[in-house]
Amino acid sequence: MIFSLAVYAAPYSQEGSATALRFAESALKQGHQLYRVFFYGDGVHNSNHLHTPPQDESNLPQRWKTLAETHGVDLVVCIAASLRRGILNSEEATRYEKSNHNCEAPFNISGLGQMIDACVNSDRVITFA
Amino acid sequence: MKKILFVNRQAPFGRSYAKESLDALLAGSAYDQDISVLYSGDGVFQLIKEQQAKSIGQKNIAATLPALEMYDITKIFAQASALNTRGLTAEQLAIDVKLLTDTEIATLTQNQDCILSF
Repeated sequence: MIFSLAVYAAPYSQEGSATALRFAESALKQGHQLYRVFFYGDGVHNSNHLHTPPQDESNLPQRWKTLAETHGVDLVVCIAASLRRGILNSEEATRYEKSNHNCEAPFNISGLGQMIDACVNSDRVITFA
Repeated sequence: MKKILFVNRQAPFGRSYAKESLDALLAGSAYDQDISVLYSGDGVFQLIKEQQAKSIGQKNIAATLPALEMYDITKIFAQASALNTRGLTAEQLAIDVKLLTDTEIATLTQNQDCILSF
């Protein structure tokens, strides 16, 4: 089955973020396909590579990165939701004249159309709020 | 073409779900899919026409609702039991919606290809 995930939960604040990640890892392990993970609302914080959790806690952004690099999962962060929450890649930081950025590959910043596209191209879209 | 249902379950201003659901809905209308919207639970509060969001520095969500028709979003549903339990009537809503029983909502959701829940 082809899954996509919509993640609205911020890491370390809501369980939904870690649950989405474990669902993704399990689905791939069972041979399913993951078409896209779309981060929306507070979920965009999952793409912040400056997260520095204590060593005995799971590094969720790093695990998403590993998942994408191992399985080629498309990680898309909503541009409208991310800009207003201060999540910027180098391109957006330059565009808005900010001195820093905190989001980089394999997370791609793109538009809401990618969420609809995920609906069109997946058998199931699961929301993690 | 896929059948996509947006489900709104949260009151309008306490969290960003209502606004971001509406943004996603309007974006989705451009993709030529069969889109429906359901307001259930506390989500029915999003439909109330007398919203004074300005006083808390927010945009009035209900003000955008009449524009949905222009975006060809005409399948707009609300959970009748949610309105009843919250003391709301159809006259208090900003737009015309089709009220559904809980059984009808079960049928509606069963008939979708994809559900985006907010």
